[in-house]
Amino acid sequence: MTETVTQPGSGAAIRAASARIADPEQRVLERIAEIRKRKPTLREDAITMSHGAGGKASHTLTTALFGDILSNPVLDQLGDQAVLALPGVDQVGIAVTTDSFVVSPLFFPGGDIGELAVNGTINDLAVGGATPLGISAAFILEEGLDIALLRRVVESMRRAADRAGVYVVTGDTKVVPRGKADQLFINTTGVGTVALPPQVALHRIAPGDVVLLSGAMGDHGATVMLARGDVDLEADNLRSDTMALHGLTSALLADGIDVHFMRDATRGGVATVLNEIAQAAGVAVAIAEDSLPVHDEVRGVAEILGIDPLYIANEGKLVAVVARDHAPRALELMRSRPEGTEAAVIGEVMAEPEGMVFIHTGFGGTRVVDMLIGDPLPRIC
Amino acid sequence: MKFADEFRDADLARALGARIAAESGDKHWKIMEVCGGHTHTIFKYGIEDLLPSNVELVHGPGCPVCVIPMGRLDDGIAVAHEPGVIFTCFGDLMRVPGSTGSLLDAKAAGADVRMVYSPLDALKIAQQNPDRRVVFYAIGFETTAPSTALTLMRAKAEGIRNLFVFCNHVTIIPPMKAILDSPDLKLDGFLGPGHVSTVVGIRPFEFVTNTYGKPVVVVGFEPLDILQGVHMIITQIHEGRCEVENQYKRVVHDDGNPKALEVLSRVFKLRSHFEWRGLGFISQSALELQDEFADYDAEKVFSVPGVRVADPKACQCGEVLKGVLKPWECKVFGTACTPETPIGTCMVSSEGACAAYYNFGRYSRARERERVLASGEHSNGNGNGHANGAVAEHDLQPIPVQAR
Amino acid sequence: MCLAIPARLVEYIDDDHMYGKVELGGVQRRINTSLLVGEDVTEPGEYVLVHVGFALSRVSETEAAETLRILEQMGPAYTDEVQQIREWQAMEEELVGANYRESNGTPAA
Repeated sequence: MTETVTQPGSGAAIRAASARIADPEQRVLERIAEIRKRKPTLREDAITMSHGAGGKASHTLTTALFGDILSNPVLDQLGDQAVLALPGVDQVGIAVTTDSFVVSPLFFPGGDIGELAVNGTINDLAVGGATPLGISAAFILEEGLDIALLRRVVESMRRAADRAGVYVVTGDTKVVPRGKADQLFINTTGVGTVALPPQVALHRIAPGDVVLLSGAMGDHGATVMLARGDVDLEADNLRSDTMALHGLTSALLADGIDVHFMRDATRGGVATVLNEIAQAAGVAVAIAEDSLPVHDEVRGVAEILGIDPLYIANEGKLVAVVARDHAPRALELMRSRPEGTEAAVIGEVMAEPEGMVFIHTGFGGTRVVDMLIGDPLPRIC
Repeated sequence: MKFADEFRDADLARALGARIAAESGDKHWKIMEVCGGHTHTIFKYGIEDLLPSNVELVHGPGCPVCVIPMGRLDDGIAVAHEPGVIFTCFGDLMRVPGSTGSLLDAKAAGADVRMVYSPLDALKIAQQNPDRRVVFYAIGFETTAPSTALTLMRAKAEGIRNLFVFCNHVTIIPPMKAILDSPDLKLDGFLGPGHVSTVVGIRPFEFVTNTYGKPVVVVGFEPLDILQGVHMIITQIHEGRCEVENQYKRVVHDDGNPKALEVLSRVFKLRSHFEWRGLGFISQSALELQDEFADYDAEKVFSVPGVRVADPKACQCGEVLKGVLKPWECKVFGTACTPETPIGTCMVSSEGACAAYYNFGRYSRARERERVLASGEHSNGNGNGHANGAVAEHDLQPIPVQAR
Repeated sequence: MCLAIPARLVEYIDDDHMYGKVELGGVQRRINTSLLVGEDVTEPGEYVLVHVGFALSRVSETEAAETLRILEQMGPAYTDEVQQIREWQAMEEELVGANYRESNGTPAA
């Protein structure tokens, strides 16, 4: 393996960085900074649940295995959706996204797997600025599944699709022997149109931009955690926030708001989205803890289990990065819509320190917000 | 009163930080918070930002996850792989690396590993699965041990025979003593573990003041508690006092919780010695089950490998834990030892001193540079936005640190 | 080392007061209350410190108020420092807040 000085994270780059600095502490810190720029490597021999949790391990699996082997100019963008050019058409591209849904339990307060499967895929299109054209639905069913239950799920999909104004246009069904799947898995793929060049793109994020969040954090993840029953907590007023966001995103874009980037904050929570933004755009993101909307019940669950709402999953919330002078209008517009009544300005984009997210605590201190390492596990210490 | 937000007040924090700054003088203070929960609070609220740079908090050995030696984790994982076993543990432990992987890896390899919130949940699983052997991998200091004890007492009373405890409960005094006995110790005082003290009281810490002449303040877990504790230690030293003080009177009684102490002694006895990751073997520093509960003792019922995995020689966690070395001064810090591939205890949990420094160290340095650069750089940045700047201030929540 | 949080005791769910229900932010959980003896005997409506499903002690409102009183006395006694704090705040506003407004053409107050 050959190393060049220019290759970030290479041994030569680290040595070069070290040589420039006399202060030994600073030297160590610069070495770490260089090491962090290395492409992540997949160390594990087997898939663990962490690889599906949306945090660092998922990110490593995606880039170091899928991204590496399947690498091509479209995939390498690693967006929520891919944009395909149509031969001979300059102004419009086709946006494609796909997502699989494996939630347990299938039904939970505020929603079910069918509704998630429709809304989740619509949201992945919406945050790229695309207009949904239609979605597909593929089902993997476990032998013995109650058909009445399947019917309820599909009816729920129908309602969600009707609300969102899209058709489920094609599908597929496979049945696997009992025990080879957990009741029911759904994959949905969404296709939409997007104006070219895309207005919403990572490279448009710039220092000075303002970061907005469309509503309170953690409702979905906390609801499902409680519905699973493992932690023995009850909260009467806790509901999943599953919701289609394309109405909100199209309203923002139609109003002429200079939206630089959007992403829906699903697994891994808002913290993970902010880290993805900071790393992919090579900027810093600073947020203010006091500005973060969180419902009391989610705060309660988080305090009891020792987890941070910033890392809890959402299914109807997006993070938007907008040009600074458009932020007030963006906030006003979000709040005027049912999807965004609790929207807030949560922070801003800064040039330095590159790739980092930090939070100004309500207490007057500052801390770094790292990517989720694995699942947000309850802790006792 | 909800006993939380009241102790997170930013204005009081600033006043207290200023007072500490004024009273700490030129001396460089090193105060150890013994408990990992305090370390967590310190990072979560950014408390170090409110302290003057001459007051340094040293993060102590009180994280029950970090101190579990690799060999014992390997033993646990071996038990998890035994046929018919449901292995239960707290979420904290799932990702901690043993010599050949973590419990998450064991789960991926087919072991039935389940996370529980309470030892009582393990008991419930045992009741629901009478044909399976349910093992609870118990960790924690005196705070957590009574919960395990009461769970075992209940299992025994109800005749439940398929619950087993793999006991790794440890006690806080011996490692503190080990740190204090270190000849190169450079600490001025201790923030005592508030939640351990709800059980043991504050008197067990008197040896620190009496034998070693270092003040101890038992403090709570809200950020103001910690700042007040720091102030109380500085005040003690200024006034020539050396006492065990209780800042956390709202939950800690001087004599602890007698009922909890009673169940502890009924179910547990001291082990002759126990290995601590980073600190080595410390005599009488951990608990094992009384003979009366031998049938519930996973170490007796299952054959565990019991292979000791030595702390890597290059690792200098012991020195970091004692506050002798700063994380970045360790030979393997940031090279062989990183949060993704931790070697020593201080890197294992995100609350460990080294992991925290790895993640936050560069940032705090970078921010100091920013402070210096900020005024000049920002005033001429963003210039093009001024012309049409018709943004009403009230439309936007100000983002800054303290604009409320 | 030990995550324990104050939560309101809603009720005891058995006559022996071995188990109770606590509430925090609208979230409820059943916990073991058998360690609440002596000084820690707790009435429903009061707060207890909860750790791994067990109440470790009663949270004393009187003692909490006393701690807060001491803390509050520390602040105002130091007028110089209050001035210092204002300067810090101004500096921080300059760093993030004022800069934020300034760039929109609205001068910092």
